[in-house]
Amino acid sequence: MTRSALATASRQLGSAQTAARTEARIAWILVLPFLAGAVVFLILPCIGVIAMALSDWQLGDSNIRFAGLQNFIELWRDDIFRQSAANTVFYAALVTPASVILGLWLALLIESSSIGRAFFRSAFFLPVVSTTVAMAIVWEFLLHPSLGPVNALLSAAGLPRQSFLSSASTVLPTLAMIGVWENAGYNMVLFMAGLKAIPRDLHDAAAVDGAHRPWERFWTVTFPLLGPTLVFVVIISFLRSFRVFETVAAITQGGPQRASEVVLFTIYREGFVYFRVGYASALTVAFTALLLTLTIVKFRFLDRRVHYS
Amino acid sequence: MKLLTVSLRFALLCVLAIVFLAPFAYMLAFSLKSASEIFSGSLSLLPSSLDGFVNYSSVLFERPLLLYLMNGAIVCAAILFFQLLFALPCAYAVAKLRFAGRELVLGLVLLGLLIPIQVTALPIYAGFAQLRLLDSYAALVLPFVSSAFAVFLFRQFFRTMPDDLLDAARLDGLGELSIMLRILLPLTLPAATAFGIFSVVSHWNDLFWPLVVIQSPELNTPPLGLIYFRSAEAGDRYGELMAATVVVTVPLVAAFLLAQRRFIEGISLGALKG
Repeated sequence: MTRSALATASRQLGSAQTAARTEARIAWILVLPFLAGAVVFLILPCIGVIAMALSDWQLGDSNIRFAGLQNFIELWRDDIFRQSAANTVFYAALVTPASVILGLWLALLIESSSIGRAFFRSAFFLPVVSTTVAMAIVWEFLLHPSLGPVNALLSAAGLPRQSFLSSASTVLPTLAMIGVWENAGYNMVLFMAGLKAIPRDLHDAAAVDGAHRPWERFWTVTFPLLGPTLVFVVIISFLRSFRVFETVAAITQGGPQRASEVVLFTIYREGFVYFRVGYASALTVAFTALLLTLTIVKFRFLDRRVHYS
Repeated sequence: MKLLTVSLRFALLCVLAIVFLAPFAYMLAFSLKSASEIFSGSLSLLPSSLDGFVNYSSVLFERPLLLYLMNGAIVCAAILFFQLLFALPCAYAVAKLRFAGRELVLGLVLLGLLIPIQVTALPIYAGFAQLRLLDSYAALVLPFVSSAFAVFLFRQFFRTMPDDLLDAARLDGLGELSIMLRILLPLTLPAATAFGIFSVVSHWNDLFWPLVVIQSPELNTPPLGLIYFRSAEAGDRYGELMAATVVVTVPLVAAFLLAQRRFIEGISLGALKG
């Protein structure tokens, strides 16, 4: 009796083990294609880019020497890199606050409007869906010194014509303006999702408590509750604007006089035009370190935002 | 008073919408203008004659724009196909099955979420150069087939599905494969659509990677083709250039206007990826 019970138990245990083993085998088969792709196109290249950053390799060069931190030292002393980093930070410092504030403003305006919501939302979102390079070419034409409508308007108003994209002092702010136009709608959509999560009763309660003006209700209720969304959107906008590439590559190529040289464009030119692989890799590693820090901070806030709702 | 603020807000929204849409309006307007009208510097949105239609016939039939669109479609479709093919099974395994390497795969997914293509571009380029894979459709597609973001999304999605449902199916004698194909896949469709929109929009619009790997004009994707077209062919034919930007922008914008909510959903997913 006991013996047969034991036998049954061990048979069950055995079959449970086989089942677990089958499950694990199936799991590995299901995971394998993704895993293989990720090893070849993510893990190995990540190791590769660090190794290359420590070498003096130029593409096509057959002997590669270990260069230690030489590339990073060169990077630190390089005027082009300094200018490029400064330009990128300046660009992001213009685009981030402007596109966040504009996005929030658009979201609040649309939320408080009773007519045409869907239309306005789509109108402001349209630049996000449009091919950046195509719109960059359109903007270049709109701002054309002699043929563009913007300058035609300026001269019709009796103002001097501007060469927005070909003068070193205006090129970055102009690119930033295009960046704001492209990103505001994206931020607006994120804010609209955040606004939706705020219960209506809170506004009513605030109104009962004496916050009669919409402006007061915004500062007492909406803004504090929107806090986590706000931080999240600020980080996203910064990450996005820090990775500016398309408009620069399509319109200015970093010019005039390196006034619109940005980090991703410098990486592209050093690595894929001049083939200075070691140097470009060092640049990439430095750039990634910053991106990673920001992304990790973003995920922290994403967690908090999820807990709020 | 109330009516006043409401109409003020509405007026403000209208002004902002006009500012946001102006570049599109001018893009369309100038794509329909003849060269002489453009050089006269007129501000009117309506073309003065119908001569400008020649811009479109020239862009569509005499220039390789349609080829670029087709390249874009092929590349986006191939990328999305492999992304789904690789990510769906992986996400299912990570979400619903127990196995020793699960944490490892999850760690890899997290790393993949953090690392953009610009970081891995140099080693992949060097590898492709060794294998003589540069300047091909494969070079455009391969680096993107394993999408960590897709695994991440679908895993979240599969985790919300009750295990009871799967157990019931197993009791009914369905194997893991048919559970995936017949039960989970139909339920995944909304998430897959959102991801699909995200993937297609980002790869259709991407300039960086095609610029790096493509040399032959006949392999140009739409953004790369536009840049090539502007520098090599358009010259000062701005009407044609604007027609070309319209042609490249129209497929996604039209799809967006037809399915706005889904598009906004899909694209704002990208916020998770960074």
